[in-house]
Amino acid sequence: METLSALLIGVFAACGTWLLLRHGLFRILLGLALLAQAANLLVFTAAGLGRGDTAIIAGDAAALPDGHPDPLAQALVLTAIVISFGALAFCLVLLKMTRARTGTSGIDALAKTES
Amino acid sequence: MTESTLVALPVILPLGLALLSWSCRRSPTGSRVALIGGSALLLALAIPLFLVVREAGTPLRLDFGAWRKPLGISFKVDLLSAILVAVSSIVGFAGALFAAGETGRILWAKGYGTFFFLLFAGINGAFLTHDLFNLFVWFEVMLMSSFAMLVLGRRRFVFEGATQYVVINMVSSFFFLSGLGLLYGKTGHLNLEEIATRLVASSSDPVILSSATLLLLAFGIKAGVFPLYFWLPPAYPNTGFATAAVFGGLLTKVGVYALYRVFGGAFGFLSEYTSDLFLAIGCATMIAGVLGAASQFHVRRILSFHIISQIGYILLGLGLLTQGAVAAAIFYTVHHIFVKTNLFLAAGAIAATGRTEDLARLGGILKTSPLLAILFLIPALSLGGIPPLSGFFAKFILLREAIREEAWIVTVIALLVGIVTLFSMTKIWAEAFWKETPRAGAPLPQRPMLLVPVALLGALTIVIGLFPGTLFAIAEEAARQLLSSNPATMNPIQ
Repeated sequence: METLSALLIGVFAACGTWLLLRHGLFRILLGLALLAQAANLLVFTAAGLGRGDTAIIAGDAAALPDGHPDPLAQALVLTAIVISFGALAFCLVLLKMTRARTGTSGIDALAKTES
Repeated sequence: MTESTLVALPVILPLGLALLSWSCRRSPTGSRVALIGGSALLLALAIPLFLVVREAGTPLRLDFGAWRKPLGISFKVDLLSAILVAVSSIVGFAGALFAAGETGRILWAKGYGTFFFLLFAGINGAFLTHDLFNLFVWFEVMLMSSFAMLVLGRRRFVFEGATQYVVINMVSSFFFLSGLGLLYGKTGHLNLEEIATRLVASSSDPVILSSATLLLLAFGIKAGVFPLYFWLPPAYPNTGFATAAVFGGLLTKVGVYALYRVFGGAFGFLSEYTSDLFLAIGCATMIAGVLGAASQFHVRRILSFHIISQIGYILLGLGLLTQGAVAAAIFYTVHHIFVKTNLFLAAGAIAATGRTEDLARLGGILKTSPLLAILFLIPALSLGGIPPLSGFFAKFILLREAIREEAWIVTVIALLVGIVTLFSMTKIWAEAFWKETPRAGAPLPQRPMLLVPVALLGALTIVIGLFPGTLFAIAEEAARQLLSSNPATMNPIQ
């Protein structure tokens, strides 16, 4: 399961990077979204996956049994998803305004007018 | 006031002030009062925090929800955090004074004050927290408010720089998140102390090393170090002056702080790999920044490139990683934050009187506004390292440490970069102040309100220059506390 997840993260990160390096602003946004998912999945996977039951420590135990997935990592991912969603929403508006203001949706045109 | 209240308030208060600013955004006067009063209140809070931490000699802790150390989120305020919170609230106060004079009705109505305080909540949170994920969250709070402040004015040219700034910084956040995820998966902890104690045994673990690389990239982008700085110069020069001053003074320094906290503390055992790397990055950053500045002819572009070159100096402390070098770097950071903010504010005053930032079209300000000329000269000479201003002592103690460690190449590069820095500052001086009045017309009369924060920060530069020993003693104690969390040098009985 971890291997499958790792492969998925790799595919997401690779596609995200490729899109990020493309010319169009909208592709860049898609690239950011894919990279965000790759990072979130990585946090989720790094703490271990498992077919666990509820994350409640039994009365006579001090910790969750071995191999039980860590619930804290899932809480972290939840926060990270909210943050990346907010950041992407901002980014969408910004790129839309950039396009309206500069009259281009290509990143190269932006580099030209600089400095 | 109890100690835990004192620790939590620098984050909670700005959040409350942000709400307050939003409620009075329709009235420019109300917004100005809220901004200046609020940032004065923050300053009045940060100074006692600094004094208490300095008096106590040990870090203050605050465990939220009374969850004890390995479990809950904790704030830990050592002297370095306390210094930086105090310094950033001074910068905030100066920035607020300038923003009150500069910002117009439309920007206030869009919530300039709200984003200003949210930015400071993020900055203070990042300085105070001792939990890696919590640091990530404060970084995001800071970045999102800085994104908003950057484009609030919707000037045409700002969008081009802002697009690069936002995209690059989001990528850096993903690196940060991935790095901390791997680290958590390996150590099972997010608290930096706990991570430090667990890392000693696993120094060559590939997961730990890739996590360190990801964190280095993430903080490196935010700090604006050598190959990763290219987002900075397009972004800062086109926004408002108070905004650029606060960004230029503080944002990159939060990245540098994170580098020190992580690579001087928990990842300190990697220093055999990282110290040469940081020295090389530091030198490359100094050279790239200062040469970039020399080729520019626009006041704030020159200053933006100088942020980068100064970051290089600060990184040298992390490369040498002796207590003296880290202390020198902390001294340098404090000096640099004041001076850089001051220069950006002075640039604002220059642009207000000369109506442009293009050096070719400026001129004659020395005649119309000699006070501004003097106030610009103080931080400019300090940045160049002229005694007896703060920059001289900052460079002096850093180079003394480099010579003591026999890092000759570093010393030579740092000296040369200092000379070129002085050249850039003289360029601004000669073009904007010294030159004859330009054909476009004489400069406008100076608005004295804008000079108040410039004078305030200039006075601080002089005070540091007059009493460098006091600040250096504080910096040494801060460096000792920071390095004591490094597992390689950590005292086993604690």
